Amino acid sequence: MSNLLCLNDVVPGQRAIVKTLRSTGSMRRRLLDIGLIENTEVECVGRSPSGDPKAFLIRGAVIAIRSEDCQDIMIKVG
Amino acid sequence: MGLTNSSIGIRAAASELEIKKQAVEDKVVALAGNPNVGKSTVFNGLTGMNQHTGNWPGKTVTNAQGYCATKQQSYVMVDIPGTYSLMAHSAEEEVARNFICFGQPDAVVVVCDATCLERNLNLVLQTLEISSRVVVCVNLMDEAKRKNIKIDLSAIAKRLGVPVVSTVAREKKSLDGLMNTLDNVVSGAVMPTPAQVVYPDAVERAIAKIEPLVRKKTDSLASRWLSLKLLDPDPSLTLEINKFLGEDFLRSPELADALAAAKTELLADGIGPDALKDLIVSTLVSAAEKICRGTVVCEKAQYDAFDRRVDHILTSKATGYPIMLLLLALIFWLTITGANYPSQMLSGALFALQDRLTLLFHAWGAPEWLHGMLVLGVYRVLAWVISVMLPPMAIFFPLFTLLEDAGYLPRVAYNLDRPFKRCCACGKQSLTMCMVSIILH
Repeated sequence: MSNLLCLNDVVPGQRAIVKTLRSTGSMRRRLLDIGLIENTEVECVGRSPSGDPKAFLIRGAVIAIRSEDCQDIMIKVG
Repeated sequence: MGLTNSSIGIRAAASELEIKKQAVEDKVVALAGNPNVGKSTVFNGLTGMNQHTGNWPGKTVTNAQGYCATKQQSYVMVDIPGTYSLMAHSAEEEVARNFICFGQPDAVVVVCDATCLERNLNLVLQTLEISSRVVVCVNLMDEAKRKNIKIDLSAIAKRLGVPVVSTVAREKKSLDGLMNTLDNVVSGAVMPTPAQVVYPDAVERAIAKIEPLVRKKTDSLASRWLSLKLLDPDPSLTLEINKFLGEDFLRSPELADALAAAKTELLADGIGPDALKDLIVSTLVSAAEKICRGTVVCEKAQYDAFDRRVDHILTSKATGYPIMLLLLALIFWLTITGANYPSQMLSGALFALQDRLTLLFHAWGAPEWLHGMLVLGVYRVLAWVISVMLPPMAIFFPLFTLLEDAGYLPRVAYNLDRPFKRCCACGKQSLTMCMVSIILH
């Protein structure tokens, strides 16, 4: 099943479509506020020197998301 | 100044913020906006004040006020905290929402970043639900031009139903258009008719059920917005509503019944409290997307190749840390060596003055304990502190501001997030640590 991927599986340069958020509470609201709703396209644009967080281009803004939070962002690639 | 509590608006006090008008006719204008859109620059440009503009979120946690005037009207500008939304997820958002909603400003200016307008419209749409006297100020137009983003402001104004003006806040002249528009909105020459976000049918049905009741009970708050918020209650808002409208408002059996019925119906449609929250946010996001479709055109990718290359160099594994260390080392070095000379001069001058003071005290025949306390105690310590602390601060902070304006600090936070998380802190705190370490050196 291709929909079992999460945002951590996206490597720099790759694009993906957000499908569902599994996060809860304030993190869920933050992610929704920055525009991560269903069918939003995101692109991974880089990772920090330690590999975590990674940077994503979301609706025209570059936003860093930690891998622990990426785990809960389910995506579809391509 | 002879202003009584009621003439300066007791309502403002209800939102835990005292607005100090200079004259009774002053109009109160709230300055809202996402973080990092140059809101403080607009505020400073308008009021001639010099509030520190910073690049980390939540800088304006408390409110700042300033005054400005046009030929027609004098204003009190209130700089409210930068937020992405008014749903009160954080202290800043709560302050912002409370002021826009319960502070009853005469107008609200929402400052937006032209380079990511779509994201900023989320806040604009939420503001339009609360207030109709809104002016959208699209800032950083120069930045957008540099990135080849074309924005059709009049088309956006038509879709939003409120005036939209463009500014480059660093150029004060460009703020004139904003002030003219404000004059028109505040005087009633222009009557904005804000577009309302249309929610999915089930939510609209629920709103329709309680809105007439809400409208019957209050005309000082937007009934549609209030109805929506009653369906999706949050405790901090309930508290404010009780303060503003009185405890009886929510307790009224009529309203409570209708509310319960509307909620049951939503639940029957499969929309529980959490689903409703999600639905509201995603409707807002897609509404913003729709408004920007065709009106905001990027000829190149927004985050263009040049930015990417620079970011890659500043944050990659091989070069990220070395560049960061070099830059910080350079700043420390400039500060420490640069501060030596003025430090020596200052201490020389100040201690010379101490000797003079001693002579003066002796000439007066002042007792030794008085001389000891005032000159050797108070003055000497003060002189020491000033000559040691002032020069490094005067060098370090401007340098730091330079890095901040260049946008380097968020990259530092990004680079250092992991190491800092290990110590249960976050990358943002590295900036604070930098400042502390320079002060302690």
